[in-house]
Amino acid sequence: MASQTLQSVPAEPSPARHELSPEDAARRDAEGQAYFDKVMAEDSRIEPRDWMPPAYRKTLLRQISQHAHSEIIGMQPEANWISRAPSLKRKAILMAKVQDEAGHGLYLYSAAETLGQPRDQMMQDLMDGKAKYSSIFNYPARTWADMGAIGWMVDGAAIANQVPLCRASFGPYGRAMVRVCKEESFHQRQGFEILLELSHGTPEQKQMAQEAVNRWYAPALMMFGPPDDDSPNSKQSMAWNIKRFSNDELRNRFVGMMMEQVKVLELTLPDKDIRFNEETKKWEHGPLDWDEFHEVLAGRGPCNAQRLERRREAHQNGAWVREAAAAYAEKQAMKQAEKESAA
Amino acid sequence: MTTEPQAGNVWPIWEVFVRSSRGLSHVHAGSLHAPDAAMALRNARDLYTRRNEGVSIWVVPAEAIASSDPDSKGSFFESPQGKDYRHATYYTKSEGVKHL
Repeated sequence: MASQTLQSVPAEPSPARHELSPEDAARRDAEGQAYFDKVMAEDSRIEPRDWMPPAYRKTLLRQISQHAHSEIIGMQPEANWISRAPSLKRKAILMAKVQDEAGHGLYLYSAAETLGQPRDQMMQDLMDGKAKYSSIFNYPARTWADMGAIGWMVDGAAIANQVPLCRASFGPYGRAMVRVCKEESFHQRQGFEILLELSHGTPEQKQMAQEAVNRWYAPALMMFGPPDDDSPNSKQSMAWNIKRFSNDELRNRFVGMMMEQVKVLELTLPDKDIRFNEETKKWEHGPLDWDEFHEVLAGRGPCNAQRLERRREAHQNGAWVREAAAAYAEKQAMKQAEKESAA
Repeated sequence: MTTEPQAGNVWPIWEVFVRSSRGLSHVHAGSLHAPDAAMALRNARDLYTRRNEGVSIWVVPAEAIASSDPDSKGSFFESPQGKDYRHATYYTKSEGVKHL
């Protein structure tokens, strides 16, 4: 039996729920749950038109759309430096990176759409301040060295977070993440290179690099989310094979990688408590200010208002482009129809 | 090819297929919104081939794709079940015979 459906937008399974008797609906749910459980047990993938528990859909929708918003808002701290990049080469690199972030946002909006949420609704929620995005993008990028620190630490943390998401149980999310991860490693390397050049430059440049590392260290570590004992949704996400490692596990692993890399930079991390615990074989770090994290997440960070204002402005300023594209498409369609009717 | 532009600001969804190099098939890369096929192709180029990932792109209106019903997995794909003899591995007596 073949049915006409959209590939990227899930159709309600036919017949629709309201057309079924309560008994039939319950039976379909039970069958769907059994199949879903089997997919989870086999560590296989769920695709958009499969039955899924409403909470699974809701969790994914929230996570993927927040992720998409983060990519879109994440363009701002760096776009801010394009016109002030120190060379044409750095400018071209930064533009390519910001363009990638836009692309990542679009891959992720596409993945979220397959769960049944229209894209314009997601974008509206972002502009209305109803949707969350990564708190890291509410910090300002004060100097050119911040471009280095963002690439090395923020993109580095993002990669550590995203590589396991390539195996997320929801097919479209995993596929989007594979694409994102492939492109993300250039982001981290270009940031590392910016810091390396500064740290091997004049004493003032080295100091600028160190100060940027100091500024971004704690916010980057907090990108992994609250500590495990304060992360109520993590357990369910792990049971659903969306999340593969706990927040603390990924954070500790990331600290270990940074400790090695910072030596090459001949800089230091602003945390005297970092150590490798021989017993647990895990890296540990000093305390983080989780009150600040929650404040920024709640909209009271240094740049929250500015970021949203800029997003709204960009959307409004782009209105004429969207209108022109639609008008042009309409005109072409009319011309085509005239040609066809004349033939 | 053109599709009817939708009302309001919601543009139709296009599925994007990219041929990564000559001799290979077009493979589904993702989707995007665009008002018409020409814009869909341009957007697909910018979105899915920023690093020489493709030598050719197809865009297809998502609503033009017919797909099998996921609920009928069992019955729709039933016929090959139990027909192991369609695979070379079914024939074991020739094991060890060269070039077979």
